[in-house]
Amino acid sequence: MKKTYKIEVDCAKCANEMEAASKKVKGVADAGVNFMTQKITVEFAEGADEASVMKAVLKACKKVDSDCEIDF
Amino acid sequence: MKKKQKKKLIRIIVAAALLILLNVLPLPKILGSLFKSQDLIRGFVRLGLFLIPYFIIGYDILLKAAKGIKNLRPLDECFLMTIATIGAFALEIYEDFPNADYNEAVVVMLFYQIGEWFQSVAVGKSRKSITDLMDIRPDHAMVLRDGTFVQVSPEEVEPGEIITVHPGERVPIDGIITEGRSSLDMSALTGESIPKSAGEGDEILSGCINMSGVLKIRTTKEFGQSTVSRILELVENAGSRKSKSEDFISKFARIYTPVVCALALCLAVLPPVVNLFAGHAPGWGSWVYRALTFLVISCPCALVISIPLSFFAGIGGAGKEGILIKGSNYLETLSKAGIVVFDKTGTLTKGVFKVQDVHHSSMDRKELLELAAHAESGSDHPIAASIRNAYLECPGAGEIDESRVKDIRELGGHGVTAVVDGREVAAGNLKLMAQKGIEAGPCHSVGTIIHMAVDGNYEGHLVIADEVKEHSAEAIRQLKENGVRKTVMLTGDADSAAREIASETGIDEVCSELLPEGKVERINGLLSEKDKKESLIYAGDGLNDAPALALADVGIAMGTLGTDAAIEAADVVIMDDDPLKVAKALKISRKCMRIVYENIWVTIGVKVICLILGALGIANMWLAIFADVGIMVLAVLNAIRALRVKKL
Repeated sequence: MKKTYKIEVDCAKCANEMEAASKKVKGVADAGVNFMTQKITVEFAEGADEASVMKAVLKACKKVDSDCEIDF
Repeated sequence: MKKKQKKKLIRIIVAAALLILLNVLPLPKILGSLFKSQDLIRGFVRLGLFLIPYFIIGYDILLKAAKGIKNLRPLDECFLMTIATIGAFALEIYEDFPNADYNEAVVVMLFYQIGEWFQSVAVGKSRKSITDLMDIRPDHAMVLRDGTFVQVSPEEVEPGEIITVHPGERVPIDGIITEGRSSLDMSALTGESIPKSAGEGDEILSGCINMSGVLKIRTTKEFGQSTVSRILELVENAGSRKSKSEDFISKFARIYTPVVCALALCLAVLPPVVNLFAGHAPGWGSWVYRALTFLVISCPCALVISIPLSFFAGIGGAGKEGILIKGSNYLETLSKAGIVVFDKTGTLTKGVFKVQDVHHSSMDRKELLELAAHAESGSDHPIAASIRNAYLECPGAGEIDESRVKDIRELGGHGVTAVVDGREVAAGNLKLMAQKGIEAGPCHSVGTIIHMAVDGNYEGHLVIADEVKEHSAEAIRQLKENGVRKTVMLTGDADSAAREIASETGIDEVCSELLPEGKVERINGLLSEKDKKESLIYAGDGLNDAPALALADVGIAMGTLGTDAAIEAADVVIMDDDPLKVAKALKISRKCMRIVYENIWVTIGVKVICLILGALGIANMWLAIFADVGIMVLAVLNAIRALRVKKL
């Protein structure tokens, strides 16, 4: 399943780094962060639990920039 | 303005006010009278007073720098600003402690934050203006589950389920109407502002707005495959296909910061050490100061933010004009267009038949068309429709009255005969004329020829042809004006027809009587003969030319709402079918690239000059931060210019 969420990211460089960080999260098959549209698209791996995966994604993004927020 | 931005603005104002206050008040005098001979205490109080605005403005930067080190990600902007400003404090303390002037450190942090604030507001504003325009994403769908409608997110609806859409709501998923009747606002999809009415059994596309009645819809696709998702995907993924310029900038930024930091370190250490060995005074203070100045300039944010923003603005501006560009790489390639290849039918021509001319008739044009239109009144063939339209367009023409027509006989492959107002009319090709024993005049015009005979006498012929679009010639002219070296038209039609259209529109080269494979072959040929620096653009209507669209450097699909293959294969999708939009897309891309290059060179130029001046000790930290923030502001403002493409 592929879903798109709003993400609050303040710089273009951070967005690229968050994309890389999100891709490494367990349960994420693929991810993309678009700085301009402030959207994060996550493709979940088979059988992954959306809520817990997104929590981990948020944590990974917060490591890049602590101001980051994701609506999920 | 967002809450975060407001908070930062308040911090900027408070810190700036405090700093001004510290400078306007006769501080040395006050401190001197308070702590007469206690130099140490006086010095610390002074330091403490300046640290107040410093912490107000910079606490988040300091925290982020600390976190960056903890997460093993040093060398980010926060870290650099922290080192530069703490260094500036330390230097002042080292050089003239009790009466040190800490203005510089605080101002650097203050300006840095002003720059950040401005950047976030400017980027946020332009982003909003672009995305508002394109945001057609439905928030939810009301789906029938266990007898009641429940609200779920559109992704969770399976094909074949029943959803309901109330007036004022956006249709979330493609489907077929099972119940209800309404008018639909399709403007988000086609730009067409006249509502379309739809009822039971009609297909309904997601993204349009239900305007009047409650509709029940049986979904035929998943949300991800629906029209609205496909358009959104186009728009949202536009940023993910990076252009060469963007790649260059991100590589540059990756190298630039470490290099400048290394240079700064060398600048701080090497000259004093050399001085020491040479027996001179080391001059640590001055060289460390120059190194700190370096660090302030080391932030590449002007580039990192303005280049993607320029592309985004360009793509957004194009989107407003109904031109969807799939990525900044295509914008870049488009700007280098050297050869533009057009498909004929549906691209340069309307793909609709029209009566172009009436030849060799002794009758009045209107009278002849009247007879022909009535004779053809029973046929729904496009040629018949074009004759009826031609009659209805004549000044003073009445309605087509089928009661005036008798004995209509359609002769497949020949034409039609009928009795109109008691007159015997035959309309058809040469074979029909031969069959009737009527000698027909030859015709050299291009197109489908309908010979006419009335009461057994030859009455000339109608020339029916595909019509060149109104703007085709203008589009070709504009392309030429914008650096296109060669325009080519590909068509499956007869050579004579193709040549006439080419001369009418000003196309340079014609390749006619091509099979679909022939188009691909010809494009391959053109690709091999084009210059390395230029690109080949193919514009077609997406019918049968998906391979050509995919093969060209940039494939432009026109008037293709709803044809999946074309949207898939094309790099640029033009919502309507106006060929002028091809020229417009080219002009938008050229403007955008001009802005990108301006930003790249001016920014790098200013940075390099500042670095040199800083190393020589001519530029101080004030100038450095001023240049850094100033150039960023200019670059962002310049980038936003790419959004304004209406008048191009």
